[in-house]
Amino acid sequence: MADISGLTPGRTVLMQGNEAIARGALEAGVSFAAAYPGNPSSEILQTLADSAEGAGIYAEWSTNEKVALEAAAAASYCGLRAMASMKQNGVNVAQDFICNLTISGSGPGGLVLVTCDDPGAISSTNEEDARFIAKLADLPLLEPSTPAEALAMMKFAFDLSEDIENLVVVRAISRLSHTRSGVVPGELAVGRPRPAWDPKRVITTIPAVPRHQVMKDKLAEAGGLMAAGPFNSYGGPDNPELLIIASGSSVLYAAEAIDILGVGRRVGLLKLGCTWPLDEKLLRKHLAATERVLFAEEVDPFIEDHVKSLYAQHAPELGIKRFYGKASGHTPAIGELSPGRLAAAVSEVLELGHQAVDPGYLERAVQSAGAMAAPREVGFCPGCPHRASYWAMKQVLAVDGRAGLVSGDIGCYTMGVLSTGFNRVNSVHCMGSGLGISSGLGKLGRFGFDQPVISVVGDSTFFHAALPGIVNARWNQADYLLVVLDNSATAMTGFQPHPGTGQLASGQAGAQVDIEQVCRSLGLDCRVADPYDLAATSDALYDALQQKGLRVLILRRVCALVQGRSGGHPYRMEIDPELCRGDACGCHRFCSRVFKCPGLVFDQALGQAVIDEVTCVGCGVCAQICPAGAIKALAKDQEAAA
Amino acid sequence: MKELAREPLDLVITGVGGQGNVLASQVLGRALLDQGYQVTVGETYGLSQRGGAVMSQVRVTRRGVLGPLIAENQATAIISLEPMEALRVLPTYGHPEVVVLTNDRPLQPLGVIAGQAEYPQPPKLRAAIEELCGRLYWLPATEEAMKLGAPILANVIMLGALAASGLLPIGAPEIEAALAEMFPDEKMAANRQALAVGQELVA
Repeated sequence: MADISGLTPGRTVLMQGNEAIARGALEAGVSFAAAYPGNPSSEILQTLADSAEGAGIYAEWSTNEKVALEAAAAASYCGLRAMASMKQNGVNVAQDFICNLTISGSGPGGLVLVTCDDPGAISSTNEEDARFIAKLADLPLLEPSTPAEALAMMKFAFDLSEDIENLVVVRAISRLSHTRSGVVPGELAVGRPRPAWDPKRVITTIPAVPRHQVMKDKLAEAGGLMAAGPFNSYGGPDNPELLIIASGSSVLYAAEAIDILGVGRRVGLLKLGCTWPLDEKLLRKHLAATERVLFAEEVDPFIEDHVKSLYAQHAPELGIKRFYGKASGHTPAIGELSPGRLAAAVSEVLELGHQAVDPGYLERAVQSAGAMAAPREVGFCPGCPHRASYWAMKQVLAVDGRAGLVSGDIGCYTMGVLSTGFNRVNSVHCMGSGLGISSGLGKLGRFGFDQPVISVVGDSTFFHAALPGIVNARWNQADYLLVVLDNSATAMTGFQPHPGTGQLASGQAGAQVDIEQVCRSLGLDCRVADPYDLAATSDALYDALQQKGLRVLILRRVCALVQGRSGGHPYRMEIDPELCRGDACGCHRFCSRVFKCPGLVFDQALGQAVIDEVTCVGCGVCAQICPAGAIKALAKDQEAAA
Repeated sequence: MKELAREPLDLVITGVGGQGNVLASQVLGRALLDQGYQVTVGETYGLSQRGGAVMSQVRVTRRGVLGPLIAENQATAIISLEPMEALRVLPTYGHPEVVVLTNDRPLQPLGVIAGQAEYPQPPKLRAAIEELCGRLYWLPATEEAMKLGAPILANVIMLGALAASGLLPIGAPEIEAALAEMFPDEKMAANRQALAVGQELVA
């Protein structure tokens, strides 16, 4: 990311949605920003951290999203503008605090929560619409459609939060967070109050029921302020044949669908930037002017359901309407929308018979791509230590022979459920879930359960959500082996630092928290091995697997991409053509068929394994798996010396 | 500001994680924005970094703001850093007139490495793409990049080829200026060479 504090006001720059959110916060005078990384939200905090010195703010990676929002709330209570940013899953983690915070209210400094949802699960293990947090916790909700609007909405959100003294939610989606377009930055805010908390002031949810009413009143006040704001707008004829109600990127898809179909005189577009509470007066006015309504939103029918409920209340005066959207099947109930999907929906409603392309072409293209474009499964990078770790686990569990299980969770190592992790991971849900599941499995022995259990957790996840699960297992004496896959980075989301690396969001040194020491302080047996050394790792795994109770093995080796940026790997790999006998070997192409590193492929013409010199990084692990010893790891420094 | 070959001008940039396609789309976006066009660059990444297919979209217009996704079967051109990936996106974004520029160097998917799937013979793949587009540029970008000493330069070579194809309202000097905004001086010599090589491939 880059320092965006020094941008020239008024000069258009190409800005990513997440950078625009960060810039909007800086222009609003945010002082305190906290987050836990998670795509598509990660760039927001990193941009703020990179701009922190220039803008004079504080930005931190927190250990998880709940802690991030709590820390930001503290700044709000002391009069500073503050924010927390997260992906949809983070909202779940922070939910308990959110649902109490909304009753206590925020402080005199504006407090904004940014959630970046991921329709289509482009970089997620679930598809979830986090807008429901606004309904659940009675919080104002803003949904920007473009990076420029995201910047403007952030400024509006901080003002709104201060007006009602409650948290305000801004919801982006992947297609906004990771879209770049022209943005005109404004001036940065100057000056901020000195933070203080009057010791006589008690901020609490008690008494909860009367305060619940206060919360409702705040939401009603917010509704009035949002209705007066610039983010809801209508374009189209006075009495459209069809009204599209859209939010977020779907507003642009809808506009494009109208353009593609050439139905601008027949179809109206109501853009909603403020989606909770909905502006009922505006909606009633537009419902009265049309007979047909199509909803365009992602992912769930959040607006659709509420507009229908509003309509039910006012049906006698509004007359009969037809509604199209997720319930009717005109838009997909899952996954993303697109200009084409909306054009198809409008075409169906208006019976236009639109076709984006000649059906014959489409059929040929689908057939050709289907026959020739082999699926491209995601997997571990060349040199990834996780491939080596799972390789050792696979071998050891096979030798152990007791039908051992591996439970996992969220990080690059989630791909242990896929083929480059040898499909060795048996369950994946959310951050830290593998430890709870192992805690449960580890207590089933009394009922006759006799399968050994391994729980894998990454180094960043260890601090985010694993600690309560570990303590639970220690306390209740659950029987499982915890394997910490320590690659010294939050790799999946962009190599952010975490407590184990000791580095801060700013790049400066913080206090390092040592995973080994944490485990030992809990009274756990804890060993360390290097996954690149397959024999030593397998021995350590096998020994640990034979023990009882909760025990810990840390498999530590820095992420291959991080290593690549800091000097690279030590070897140049080579296949000895004399030793690789190809299909005559009897190994059935063991290296490429089973080990599956993209840097090691089988050359059909040559009839032998070959190293793909463009892809191979030289980690040396595959030299340990060839039954014929044909793969050689040649030390680069020795070659250079020779 | 020059007229666009098509309004909007919609470019799909596709490839495999790690080939630098997001960077190529940002360079192009900057270069076009600097010349006064409205640009929207949509990037798809996350899990897809890890060897999966990665796509960016660069949308250019002289009118209003465009959304992050190109409408289905409406791309002006497809720029692919890997030949199979060019074919993969044609059912979604192609049409009989679409222009395809692709690097000819295959990157085998894991299933092919493991022997569970086959990578099509290059002439067959080329013929299939040719049949589904209006014009095809089949370019040895990785091979040329390796001659320059860094296979990663294939993305800049493809940008040079795109500049020479006449599809853009800007040329190689504007792309070079955008590269210079993003790269330190010591990397610019290689980038300049790569741009020139790309232009020669199409000339």
